[in-house]
Amino acid sequence: MVTQITSFGRSGLYDWMMQRVSAVVLSLYTVFIIGYLLVNPELTYEQWSALFEATWMRVFSLMVLLSIGMHSWIGLWSISTDYIKATGARFFFQSLCGFVMFVYVVWGVQVLWGL
Amino acid sequence: MLVSIYRYNPEKDDAPYMQDYEIELPAGKDLMVLDVLNLLKAQDPSISYRRSCREGVCGSDGMNMSGKNGLACITTVSEAAKNGKLILRPLPGLPVVRDLVVDMGQFYKQYEKIRPYLLNDTPAPAIERLQSPEEREKLDGLYECILCACCSTACPSFWWNPDKFIGPSGLLQAYRFLADSRDTATQERLSDLDDPFSVFRCHGIMNCVNVCPKGLNPTKAIGNIRTMLLQRAT
Ligand code: SF4
Ligand code: SF4
Ligand code: FES
Repeated sequence: MVTQITSFGRSGLYDWMMQRVSAVVLSLYTVFIIGYLLVNPELTYEQWSALFEATWMRVFSLMVLLSIGMHSWIGLWSISTDYIKATGARFFFQSLCGFVMFVYVVWGVQVLWGL
Repeated sequence: MLVSIYRYNPEKDDAPYMQDYEIELPAGKDLMVLDVLNLLKAQDPSISYRRSCREGVCGSDGMNMSGKNGLACITTVSEAAKNGKLILRPLPGLPVVRDLVVDMGQFYKQYEKIRPYLLNDTPAPAIERLQSPEEREKLDGLYECILCACCSTACPSFWWNPDKFIGPSGLLQAYRFLADSRDTATQERLSDLDDPFSVFRCHGIMNCVNVCPKGLNPTKAIGNIRTMLLQRAT
Protein backbone atom coordinates (compact mmCIF):
# COMPACT_ATOMS: atom_id res chain seq x y z
CA MET A 1 0.00 0.00 0.00
CA VAL A 2 1.43 3.31 -1.10
CA THR A 3 0.01 6.22 0.89
CA GLN A 4 -0.37 9.52 -0.84
CA ILE A 5 -2.31 12.41 0.66
CA THR A 6 -2.49 14.61 -2.41
CA SER A 7 -4.43 12.21 -4.65
CA PHE A 8 -8.13 12.87 -5.15
CA GLY A 9 -9.83 10.19 -3.14
CA ARG A 10 -6.88 8.35 -1.54
CA SER A 11 -8.09 5.04 -2.94
CA GLY A 12 -6.79 4.11 -6.35
CA LEU A 13 -10.06 2.49 -7.28
CA TYR A 14 -12.04 5.60 -6.32
CA ASP A 15 -9.84 7.90 -8.41
CA TRP A 16 -10.02 5.48 -11.32
CA MET A 17 -13.82 5.29 -11.08
CA MET A 18 -14.19 9.07 -10.84
CA GLN A 19 -11.96 9.51 -13.85
CA ARG A 20 -14.25 7.24 -15.86
CA VAL A 21 -17.54 8.70 -14.59
CA SER A 22 -16.41 12.27 -15.24
CA ALA A 23 -15.21 11.27 -18.70
CA VAL A 24 -18.70 9.95 -19.52
CA VAL A 25 -20.35 13.16 -18.28
CA LEU A 26 -17.93 15.28 -20.31
CA SER A 27 -18.49 13.33 -23.51
CA LEU A 28 -22.29 13.40 -23.11
CA TYR A 29 -22.17 17.16 -22.70
CA THR A 30 -19.88 17.59 -25.70
CA VAL A 31 -22.15 15.46 -27.88
CA PHE A 32 -25.20 17.36 -26.63
CA ILE A 33 -23.74 20.84 -27.30
CA ILE A 34 -22.45 19.89 -30.75
CA GLY A 35 -25.79 18.27 -31.56
CA TYR A 36 -27.68 21.33 -30.34
CA LEU A 37 -25.56 23.63 -32.50
CA LEU A 38 -26.07 21.40 -35.53
CA VAL A 39 -29.85 21.22 -35.05
CA ASN A 40 -30.05 25.00 -34.59
CA PRO A 41 -27.74 26.46 -37.21
CA GLU A 42 -29.32 29.92 -36.89
CA LEU A 43 -29.07 30.15 -33.16
CA THR A 44 -30.27 33.40 -31.60
CA TYR A 45 -29.25 34.94 -28.32
CA GLU A 46 -32.77 34.37 -26.94
CA GLN A 47 -32.67 30.65 -27.72
CA TRP A 48 -29.25 30.24 -26.21
CA SER A 49 -30.09 32.05 -22.99
CA ALA A 50 -33.43 30.21 -22.75
CA LEU A 51 -31.51 26.97 -22.90
CA PHE A 52 -29.35 28.04 -19.98
CA GLU A 53 -32.40 29.35 -18.08
CA ALA A 54 -33.71 25.80 -17.77
CA THR A 55 -32.92 24.18 -14.44
CA TRP A 56 -31.96 20.80 -15.95
CA MET A 57 -29.41 22.54 -18.20
CA ARG A 58 -27.91 24.33 -15.22
CA VAL A 59 -27.70 21.09 -13.27
CA PHE A 60 -26.14 19.36 -16.28
CA SER A 61 -23.65 22.21 -16.76
CA LEU A 62 -22.74 22.27 -13.09
CA MET A 63 -22.11 18.53 -13.24
CA VAL A 64 -19.85 19.14 -16.21
CA LEU A 65 -18.03 21.88 -14.37
CA LEU A 66 -17.38 19.63 -11.39
CA SER A 67 -16.36 16.80 -13.74
CA ILE A 68 -13.83 19.05 -15.45
CA GLY A 69 -12.37 19.96 -12.07
CA MET A 70 -12.17 16.33 -10.96
CA HIS A 71 -10.99 14.93 -14.26
CA SER A 72 -8.23 17.45 -14.72
CA TRP A 73 -7.16 17.21 -11.09
CA ILE A 74 -6.76 13.42 -11.26
CA GLY A 75 -5.04 13.63 -14.65
CA LEU A 76 -2.65 16.43 -13.80
CA TRP A 77 -1.93 14.92 -10.42
CA SER A 78 -0.88 11.68 -12.17
CA ILE A 79 1.30 13.55 -14.63
CA SER A 80 2.94 15.60 -11.90
CA THR A 81 3.80 12.48 -9.88
CA ASP A 82 5.31 10.93 -13.02
CA TYR A 83 7.42 13.79 -14.22
CA ILE A 84 8.04 16.31 -11.42
CA LYS A 85 10.43 14.59 -9.08
CA ALA A 86 11.34 17.55 -6.82
CA THR A 87 8.82 17.62 -3.97
CA GLY A 88 8.67 21.43 -3.76
CA ALA A 89 8.06 21.90 -7.46
CA ARG A 90 5.49 19.11 -7.51
CA PHE A 91 3.62 20.55 -4.57
CA PHE A 92 3.67 24.00 -6.17
CA PHE A 93 2.32 22.61 -9.44
CA GLN A 94 -0.42 20.64 -7.67
CA SER A 95 -1.44 23.66 -5.60
CA LEU A 96 -1.58 25.80 -8.71
CA CYS A 97 -3.80 23.22 -10.46
CA GLY A 98 -6.06 22.98 -7.42
CA PHE A 99 -6.36 26.77 -7.26
CA VAL A 100 -7.15 27.16 -10.97
CA MET A 101 -9.80 24.43 -10.81
CA PHE A 102 -11.41 26.00 -7.77
CA VAL A 103 -11.53 29.38 -9.51
CA TYR A 104 -13.13 27.80 -12.59
CA VAL A 105 -15.83 26.09 -10.56
CA VAL A 106 -16.76 29.21 -8.58
CA TRP A 107 -16.64 31.40 -11.66
CA GLY A 108 -18.69 28.87 -13.63
CA VAL A 109 -21.39 28.80 -10.94
CA GLN A 110 -21.54 32.59 -11.12
CA VAL A 111 -21.92 32.51 -14.89
CA LEU A 112 -24.58 29.78 -14.85
CA TRP A 113 -26.79 31.36 -12.26
CA GLY A 114 -26.06 34.87 -13.47
CA LEU A 115 -25.11 35.93 -9.98
CA MET B 1 28.00 -8.13 -38.68
CA LEU B 2 28.31 -4.95 -36.67
CA VAL B 3 27.48 -5.34 -33.00
CA SER B 4 27.22 -2.25 -30.84
CA ILE B 5 27.35 -2.87 -27.10
CA TYR B 6 26.62 -0.59 -24.16
CA ARG B 7 29.75 -0.45 -22.05
CA TYR B 8 30.09 0.92 -18.55
CA ASN B 9 32.53 -0.03 -15.85
CA PRO B 10 31.95 2.35 -12.94
CA GLU B 11 35.47 1.68 -11.62
CA LYS B 12 37.08 2.94 -14.82
CA ASP B 13 34.59 4.93 -16.89
CA ASP B 14 33.19 8.35 -16.14
CA ALA B 15 30.21 7.74 -18.38
CA PRO B 16 28.65 4.87 -20.34
CA TYR B 17 29.50 4.60 -24.05
CA MET B 18 28.68 2.34 -27.01
CA GLN B 19 31.47 0.12 -28.29
CA ASP B 20 31.34 -1.33 -31.80
CA TYR B 21 32.53 -4.84 -32.63
CA GLU B 22 32.81 -6.39 -36.07
CA ILE B 23 32.16 -10.13 -36.06
CA GLU B 24 32.17 -12.82 -38.72
CA LEU B 25 29.05 -14.98 -38.24
CA PRO B 26 29.02 -18.57 -39.52
CA ALA B 27 27.05 -18.76 -42.79
CA GLY B 28 23.82 -20.75 -43.06
CA LYS B 29 23.06 -20.57 -39.35
CA ASP B 30 20.88 -18.13 -37.46
CA LEU B 31 22.65 -17.77 -34.13
CA MET B 32 20.98 -16.58 -30.96
CA VAL B 33 22.05 -13.19 -29.63
CA LEU B 34 23.56 -14.93 -26.61
CA ASP B 35 25.79 -17.02 -28.91
CA VAL B 36 27.05 -13.80 -30.49
CA LEU B 37 27.79 -12.37 -27.05
CA ASN B 38 29.71 -15.53 -26.13
CA LEU B 39 31.78 -15.24 -29.33
CA LEU B 40 32.50 -11.60 -28.55
CA LYS B 41 33.41 -12.42 -24.97
CA ALA B 42 36.08 -14.78 -26.32
CA GLN B 43 37.49 -11.76 -28.22
CA ASP B 44 37.08 -9.24 -25.41
CA PRO B 45 36.76 -10.88 -21.97
CA SER B 46 35.86 -7.58 -20.32
CA ILE B 47 32.26 -7.63 -21.71
CA SER B 48 29.86 -8.40 -18.85
CA TYR B 49 26.41 -9.95 -19.00
CA ARG B 50 24.34 -12.48 -17.08
CA ARG B 51 23.26 -15.83 -18.43
CA SER B 52 22.72 -19.30 -17.10
CA CYS B 53 20.34 -21.79 -18.68
CA ARG B 54 20.78 -20.59 -22.31
CA GLU B 55 17.29 -21.87 -23.14
CA GLY B 56 14.79 -19.28 -21.94
CA VAL B 57 14.11 -20.83 -18.57
CA CYS B 58 16.12 -18.96 -15.94
CA GLY B 59 15.35 -15.39 -16.96
CA SER B 60 18.84 -14.04 -16.34
CA ASP B 61 19.76 -12.67 -19.75
CA GLY B 62 17.00 -10.14 -20.24
CA MET B 63 18.37 -7.20 -22.23
CA ASN B 64 17.39 -4.59 -24.76
CA MET B 65 18.16 -5.79 -28.28
CA SER B 66 17.90 -3.09 -30.97
CA GLY B 67 15.24 -1.34 -28.90
CA LYS B 68 13.16 -4.31 -27.74
CA ASN B 69 13.50 -6.17 -24.46
CA GLY B 70 13.87 -9.92 -24.59
CA LEU B 71 15.98 -12.92 -23.63
CA ALA B 72 19.23 -13.04 -25.59
CA CYS B 73 19.32 -16.84 -25.50
CA ILE B 74 16.06 -17.34 -27.39
CA THR B 75 16.15 -14.34 -29.72
CA THR B 76 17.75 -14.97 -33.08
CA VAL B 77 20.16 -12.47 -34.61
CA SER B 78 17.88 -12.09 -37.62
CA GLU B 79 15.00 -11.10 -35.33
CA ALA B 80 17.06 -8.69 -33.26
CA ALA B 81 19.26 -7.00 -35.85
CA LYS B 82 18.08 -3.88 -37.60
CA ASN B 83 19.66 -2.80 -40.90
CA GLY B 84 22.45 -5.32 -40.46
CA LYS B 85 23.35 -3.95 -37.05
CA LEU B 86 22.78 -5.42 -33.62
CA ILE B 87 22.53 -2.95 -30.74
CA LEU B 88 22.69 -4.40 -27.23
CA ARG B 89 21.82 -2.36 -24.17
CA PRO B 90 20.95 -3.24 -20.57
CA LEU B 91 17.28 -3.39 -19.54
CA PRO B 92 16.06 0.23 -19.41
CA GLY B 93 15.13 1.95 -16.19
CA LEU B 94 17.21 -0.05 -13.72
CA PRO B 95 20.62 1.06 -12.39
CA VAL B 96 23.50 -0.42 -14.38
CA VAL B 97 26.03 -2.41 -12.40
CA ARG B 98 28.31 -2.98 -15.35
CA ASP B 99 27.80 -3.24 -19.13
CA LEU B 100 24.63 -5.32 -19.65
CA VAL B 101 24.24 -6.23 -15.98
CA VAL B 102 21.57 -4.28 -14.10
CA ASP B 103 20.69 -4.05 -10.43
CA MET B 104 17.36 -5.88 -10.10
CA GLY B 105 16.85 -4.81 -6.47
CA GLN B 106 13.92 -2.49 -7.14
CA PHE B 107 12.23 -5.12 -9.30
CA TYR B 108 12.51 -7.79 -6.60
CA LYS B 109 11.30 -5.37 -3.94
CA GLN B 110 8.05 -4.94 -5.84
CA TYR B 111 7.80 -8.71 -6.19
CA GLU B 112 8.33 -9.15 -2.45
CA LYS B 113 5.59 -6.60 -1.69
CA ILE B 114 2.86 -8.73 -3.22
CA ARG B 115 3.82 -11.65 -0.93
CA PRO B 116 4.48 -14.24 -3.62
CA TYR B 117 3.56 -17.29 -1.59
CA LEU B 118 0.36 -19.00 -0.48
CA LEU B 119 -1.24 -17.61 2.63
CA ASN B 120 -3.73 -19.92 4.26
CA ASP B 121 -5.01 -19.63 7.81
CA THR B 122 -6.92 -22.92 7.91
CA PRO B 123 -5.28 -25.93 9.60
CA ALA B 124 -2.95 -27.79 7.26
CA PRO B 125 -4.45 -31.05 5.95
CA ALA B 126 -2.61 -34.33 6.55
CA ILE B 127 -1.33 -34.64 2.99
CA GLU B 128 -1.94 -31.68 0.69
CA ARG B 129 -4.39 -28.97 -0.26
CA LEU B 130 -6.29 -30.26 -3.24
CA GLN B 131 -7.46 -28.26 -6.23
CA SER B 132 -9.94 -29.27 -8.88
CA PRO B 133 -8.64 -29.27 -12.46
CA GLU B 134 -10.80 -26.15 -13.07
CA GLU B 135 -9.26 -24.33 -10.12
CA ARG B 136 -5.80 -25.30 -11.27
CA GLU B 137 -6.55 -24.10 -14.78
CA LYS B 138 -7.01 -20.56 -13.49
CA LEU B 139 -3.29 -20.38 -12.82
CA ASP B 140 -2.33 -21.06 -16.42
CA GLY B 141 -0.73 -18.05 -18.04
CA LEU B 142 0.29 -16.78 -14.61
CA TYR B 143 2.61 -19.29 -12.97
CA GLU B 144 4.93 -19.51 -16.00
CA CYS B 145 6.56 -16.14 -15.31
CA ILE B 146 10.33 -16.47 -14.93
CA LEU B 147 10.91 -12.98 -13.45
CA CYS B 148 13.15 -11.88 -16.27
CA ALA B 149 11.98 -8.24 -15.84
CA CYS B 150 11.65 -7.68 -19.59
CA CYS B 151 8.08 -6.45 -19.08
CA SER B 152 8.52 -4.15 -16.09
CA THR B 153 11.54 -2.47 -17.66
CA ALA B 154 9.56 -1.84 -20.85
CA CYS B 155 6.77 -0.13 -18.92
CA PRO B 156 6.84 3.69 -18.77
CA SER B 157 4.83 3.68 -15.55
CA PHE B 158 7.50 1.53 -13.94
CA TRP B 159 10.27 3.80 -15.25
CA TRP B 160 8.72 6.85 -13.59
CA ASN B 161 7.66 5.21 -10.33
CA PRO B 162 9.65 2.01 -9.77
CA ASP B 163 9.31 2.42 -6.00
CA LYS B 164 5.52 2.81 -5.99
CA PHE B 165 4.07 1.01 -9.01
CA ILE B 166 4.31 -2.77 -8.65
CA GLY B 167 4.90 -3.20 -12.38
CA PRO B 168 3.51 -5.81 -14.79
CA SER B 169 5.60 -8.71 -13.55
CA GLY B 170 4.71 -8.20 -9.88
CA LEU B 171 1.05 -7.66 -10.73
CA LEU B 172 0.89 -10.82 -12.81
CA GLN B 173 2.17 -12.66 -9.73
CA ALA B 174 -0.21 -10.75 -7.47
CA TYR B 175 -3.09 -12.04 -9.57
CA ARG B 176 -1.59 -15.53 -9.58
CA PHE B 177 -2.11 -15.63 -5.80
CA LEU B 178 -5.45 -13.81 -5.89
CA ALA B 179 -6.73 -16.45 -8.31
CA ASP B 180 -5.43 -19.41 -6.32
CA SER B 181 -8.23 -21.36 -4.63
CA ARG B 182 -5.86 -22.40 -1.83
CA ASP B 183 -5.09 -18.85 -0.76
CA THR B 184 -7.27 -17.31 1.96
CA ALA B 185 -5.74 -13.82 2.12
CA THR B 186 -7.59 -12.45 -0.93
CA GLN B 187 -9.18 -9.51 0.91
CA GLU B 188 -5.93 -8.53 2.57
CA ARG B 189 -4.08 -8.74 -0.72
CA LEU B 190 -6.68 -6.56 -2.42
CA SER B 191 -6.53 -3.96 0.35
CA ASP B 192 -2.77 -3.75 -0.10
CA LEU B 193 -3.22 -2.95 -3.77
CA ASP B 194 -5.97 -0.34 -3.58
CA ASP B 195 -3.96 2.87 -3.70
CA PRO B 196 -3.39 5.26 -6.60
CA PHE B 197 -0.02 3.72 -7.49
CA SER B 198 0.37 -0.02 -6.96
CA VAL B 199 -2.12 -1.13 -9.63
CA PHE B 200 -3.69 2.03 -10.97
CA ARG B 201 -0.53 3.46 -12.49
CA CYS B 202 -1.04 0.98 -15.30
CA HIS B 203 -2.43 2.89 -18.25
CA GLY B 204 -2.90 -0.15 -20.47
CA ILE B 205 -0.11 0.68 -22.92
CA MET B 206 0.61 -3.06 -23.26
CA ASN B 207 4.36 -2.71 -23.73
CA CYS B 208 4.59 -5.57 -21.25
CA VAL B 209 2.53 -7.93 -23.40
CA ASN B 210 4.56 -6.93 -26.44
CA VAL B 211 7.88 -8.06 -24.95
CA CYS B 212 7.14 -11.00 -22.63
CA PRO B 213 9.35 -13.86 -23.87
CA LYS B 214 6.99 -16.41 -22.33
CA GLY B 215 3.97 -14.99 -24.15
CA LEU B 216 2.19 -13.98 -20.95
CA ASN B 217 -0.35 -11.18 -20.65
CA PRO B 218 0.21 -8.95 -17.59
CA THR B 219 -2.29 -6.35 -18.86
CA LYS B 220 -5.08 -8.92 -18.71
CA ALA B 221 -4.07 -9.93 -15.18
CA ILE B 222 -4.07 -6.25 -14.15
CA GLY B 223 -7.56 -5.89 -15.62
CA ASN B 224 -8.68 -8.88 -13.54
CA ILE B 225 -7.26 -7.34 -10.36
CA ARG B 226 -9.12 -4.12 -11.15
CA THR B 227 -12.35 -6.07 -11.64
CA MET B 228 -11.85 -7.83 -8.29
CA LEU B 229 -11.30 -4.47 -6.57
CA LEU B 230 -14.39 -3.08 -8.28
CA GLN B 231 -16.57 -6.05 -7.35
CA ARG B 232 -15.48 -5.77 -3.76
CA ALA B 233 -16.21 -2.05 -3.54
CA THR B 234 -19.60 -1.83 -5.24
S1 SF4 C 1 -0.10 -2.32 -19.82
FE1 SF4 C 1 0.27 -1.43 -17.82
S2 SF4 C 1 1.84 -2.69 -16.90
FE2 SF4 C 1 1.83 -3.16 -19.10
S3 SF4 C 1 3.40 -1.80 -19.96
FE3 SF4 C 1 1.45 -0.75 -20.05
S4 SF4 C 1 1.30 0.52 -18.20
FE4 SF4 C 1 2.90 -1.03 -17.93
S1 SF4 D 1 5.68 -11.58 -17.26
FE1 SF4 D 1 7.01 -12.27 -18.93
S2 SF4 D 1 8.40 -10.55 -19.29
FE2 SF4 D 1 7.46 -10.23 -17.31
S3 SF4 D 1 8.94 -11.07 -15.86
FE3 SF4 D 1 7.41 -12.66 -16.33
S4 SF4 D 1 8.28 -13.84 -18.00
FE4 SF4 D 1 9.44 -11.93 -17.88
S1 FES E 1 20.10 -17.71 -20.17
FE1 FES E 1 18.42 -18.41 -19.00
S2 FES E 1 16.79 -17.34 -19.90
FE2 FES E 1 18.43 -16.82 -21.21
